[in-house]
Amino acid sequence: MIAKRIIPCLDVRDGRVVKGTRFQGLSDVASPVDLAAYYSQQGADELVFYDITASSDGRKIFTDILAEAASKVFIPLTVGGGIGSVEDFDRVLKCGADKVSVNSCALRNPALIREAANKYGSQCVVLSVDARRVGGSFRVFAKGGREDTGLDLLEWIKKGLDLGAGEIVLNSMDTDGVKEGFDLEMLSMVAEIAHVPVIASGGAGKMEDFAALFREVPGVDAGLAASIFHYGEVKIPDLKEYLRNENINVRI
Amino acid sequence: MTAIIDYGVGNLFSLACSLKAIGADCEVTDSAERIRGADRVILPGVGAFGDAQKKLFSSGLGQAALERAKEGVPLLGICVGMQLLFDRSLEFGSFPGLGLIPGEVRYIGEAIRPGLKIPQIGWNALSIRKPHPLFKYIHDGDYVYFVHSYHAVTPKEYVIADTDYGGTLTGAVARENVMGCQFHPEKSGEVGLNILRAFLEMR
Repeated sequence: MIAKRIIPCLDVRDGRVVKGTRFQGLSDVASPVDLAAYYSQQGADELVFYDITASSDGRKIFTDILAEAASKVFIPLTVGGGIGSVEDFDRVLKCGADKVSVNSCALRNPALIREAANKYGSQCVVLSVDARRVGGSFRVFAKGGREDTGLDLLEWIKKGLDLGAGEIVLNSMDTDGVKEGFDLEMLSMVAEIAHVPVIASGGAGKMEDFAALFREVPGVDAGLAASIFHYGEVKIPDLKEYLRNENINVRI
Repeated sequence: MTAIIDYGVGNLFSLACSLKAIGADCEVTDSAERIRGADRVILPGVGAFGDAQKKLFSSGLGQAALERAKEGVPLLGICVGMQLLFDRSLEFGSFPGLGLIPGEVRYIGEAIRPGLKIPQIGWNALSIRKPHPLFKYIHDGDYVYFVHSYHAVTPKEYVIADTDYGGTLTGAVARENVMGCQFHPEKSGEVGLNILRAFLEMR
């Protein structure tokens, strides 16, 4: 059967990985290309490159880095950050991205999802959603979590799927950074309605959190994390061996 | 020289990079002449079969690939490129393929238990059904990366590997010098590179 995926996420600003720190045997942990190669060799199933540059100069540096990473790392690459048009899809796909994730721009202009899915196929369009609890409901936030859109999480996901999104990355702002586990409640609700892969993000602090995620929300296909991998708190080979021992199907 | 056929479907950047990374003398080309001069041919492909098939035939590159295959040159189809090797596909209608391997391309929903996500996206284990030179450097049970909603339905004799996705799906096929992988070797890490390595050794 298909394996559950483990996905490190690299935030890249001005050509460097933000949050990258210590690694044995890796001289430049802030180099996105070196870090990508390291993770691939460690058994990461996929990588997410997130462009957090604001300037157009930075954008050029980002695509150069992406092309270099794609020429050295032969696992799927997803790219996100500042994707607002089909031209942006084109720009990163030409540099070796396999999938492109949209977030705030799709909230502003949902038609982007359909346009990109028609042109590149649904498998290429990842809808990334930041959400948290407001009152009794789950609300979608834009602009990296700074802006409450007033949209209901499930409504937005349904709409994104109708428009042709081929994968969902769900980032729970309530569990993000807390390191006490993924947001199983929120993920269960989304996994229930999604007929495409769901990637869980936000809250991983230890190996057991991944086991709980895959066991308690079988509809989730992948777990994404950044700092625990970057800081070496969880090592991917250890994580995969642990999950295999817990009878969770992973690629080793 | 290994020719990667560029018929305007999808992005060949990663495929070309993966071949270069293992030292291949390869060329992404839209020239029928270059294909006729190649020692090995790779037929890539993504998206819908009908669209790919039209572009492959209208460009004249399909005919060049067909000729080369009939002359005994190793030909490897990848993903929709593999599907194009068959007689026909039933994706959004019925479209003829190259007819190099008997069989047709059908929706995976017919072969798997209900409720599973379609397309199959992710890493799945290959069960090798027949020893084949393409598998020289890999092992039964190795994981490769799939993204597909259709697969080849073909007589057993042509299936060299399959995969279990709540039902058996065709993973790789071969008939003499013509081979195909439903998965993406260029995105399947070291296992994928090892499959490409083995292909590059064929003559």
